[in-house]
Amino acid sequence: MSELNPPKAILKLLQRNARLSAEEISTRLDVPVQDIENLMRRWETDKTILGYHAVVRDEALHDQKVRAMIEVSVEPERDSGFDRTARSISKFPEVTDLMLVSGNYDLLLFIMGDTLQEVADFVASKLSPMKGVRSTRTHFMLKKYKESGFQLEDNEEYERLSVTP
Amino acid sequence: MKNMNDSVLHRSWVADHIRSLPRSGIRDFFELVQAMDDVISLGVGEPDFATPWAIREATIYALDRGRTSYTSNLGNLNCRKEICKYVESDFGVAYDPASECIVTVGVSEALDLILRAILNPGDEVIYHEPCYVSYMPLIRMAHAVPVPVTTFEEDAFALDPQRLADAITPKTRAILLNFPNNPTGANLSDDQKREISRIAVERDLLVITDEIYAELSYGDRSPCIASYPGMRERTVFLHGFSKAFAMTGFRIGYACGPHELIEAMMKIHQYSMLCASILAQEAAVEALRNGRKEMMAMRDQYFQRRNVIVKGLNRLGLRCTLPEGAFYAFPNISATGMTDHEFARGLLTEERVAVVPGSAFTRDGTGFVRCAYATDIHTLEIALERMGSFLARHT
Repeated sequence: MSELNPPKAILKLLQRNARLSAEEISTRLDVPVQDIENLMRRWETDKTILGYHAVVRDEALHDQKVRAMIEVSVEPERDSGFDRTARSISKFPEVTDLMLVSGNYDLLLFIMGDTLQEVADFVASKLSPMKGVRSTRTHFMLKKYKESGFQLEDNEEYERLSVTP
Repeated sequence: MKNMNDSVLHRSWVADHIRSLPRSGIRDFFELVQAMDDVISLGVGEPDFATPWAIREATIYALDRGRTSYTSNLGNLNCRKEICKYVESDFGVAYDPASECIVTVGVSEALDLILRAILNPGDEVIYHEPCYVSYMPLIRMAHAVPVPVTTFEEDAFALDPQRLADAITPKTRAILLNFPNNPTGANLSDDQKREISRIAVERDLLVITDEIYAELSYGDRSPCIASYPGMRERTVFLHGFSKAFAMTGFRIGYACGPHELIEAMMKIHQYSMLCASILAQEAAVEALRNGRKEMMAMRDQYFQRRNVIVKGLNRLGLRCTLPEGAFYAFPNISATGMTDHEFARGLLTEERVAVVPGSAFTRDGTGFVRCAYATDIHTLEIALERMGSFLARHT
């Protein structure tokens, strides 16, 4: 039996492969199709499932895009802490991911732009001047090795004998 | 003049008891499969996962530090300590790492050691069929007499304690168990184990339990047979890392049991094997310390695959009991009117899907084939489709 309860096991399967049908999930986990359909409807409504997407190799879609990871130091505010500033930053469409982290800075954000200049402009004219932002440090991404759990350069070959006892 | 060639031809250097051993039925089939391309093989008795990276990395690190020596004959003490800790936490039986545990080259070696350690010529060992291919030959190589007890589809291939009891004679020395079972995936319930334990105690027999698939149990796992009353002192617990941790090529296993038996096994092991590979022992320590999460993730995969293949086989009209463990389905193919060999050969040559004929695992396996589901789900689905085409042509 799966270590996970059925709802978690279903979510985990979908997280790995959103194209699985309710029937396929039903067969794999031995849970009635109807239960799975009901759960999925509920999750879509209550935003447990935020969307279904394919994990696409960057170069297939955005071969010229520029990605950067930006460390942001933030002045915390009375009552709201880092939240207000973080919410403001998250509204920029260029920002793909944003999180509060421990360590030498406060927010870590990921950004995507068409050109190096565009990203630099975003940092200089949008992010840095924001109220509450103390400093930023930008790291441009040079090469990606793993994406959402998938190794991008997996040359591991594993050959078994074709019949063994 | 005397013809030298004739005398050479008529002379065999091979010992009688080896010459009389049958050749493994799997081997012929393997050669047939090897000669073909584009075969989906459901004939593989090992995980399709590579060993979890952390375990491989620990092995590389051990090599890097020059850990390339012999170890104690019993195996490194830290390895035995981790093993005993694991056996106690997961199987509920406590063993002393210093005197009641030996690290071996896979369960296969452990089984060979215990059989050679306890058997006198003519002794009988009861085991259940269908079973792993090495049991009968190993018992015979120890100059003892194999006594198979058949398990049946209608019992979900569990061992019927009464049939076991009926097979006991004054010469019976030991009972050899393997649940979850290769090739049927069968498991034993608490009641069945209790009854088998009672018989073993009453008839004063040793129980050898091959637990290689224990972690790959998909329902509630019944307690370990060594944990039943009166059993710890008469059970030899054999286990290894091949299946649950996907470490077949490391060749690493172990035995836990009463000191006297472990000591006897150690005598054979020290003269024939010396010790298990130190690198494999280092890998085993890492597996036990940090490998549980990955092991569980692999088990979850097997669980899903089992559901897919068993449902698929039954839908195709090949009756298949739900295996409770391991990664094998053992469908009944008698509805096709073919023997297991005809079925397997036909499926291979016409549809390029390899399954293993049931007779490789039992004297009377003609009505069954073994389908290993240690293969990704997508491939299993293609294999099922191809089986469907095959059956449509032949039934």
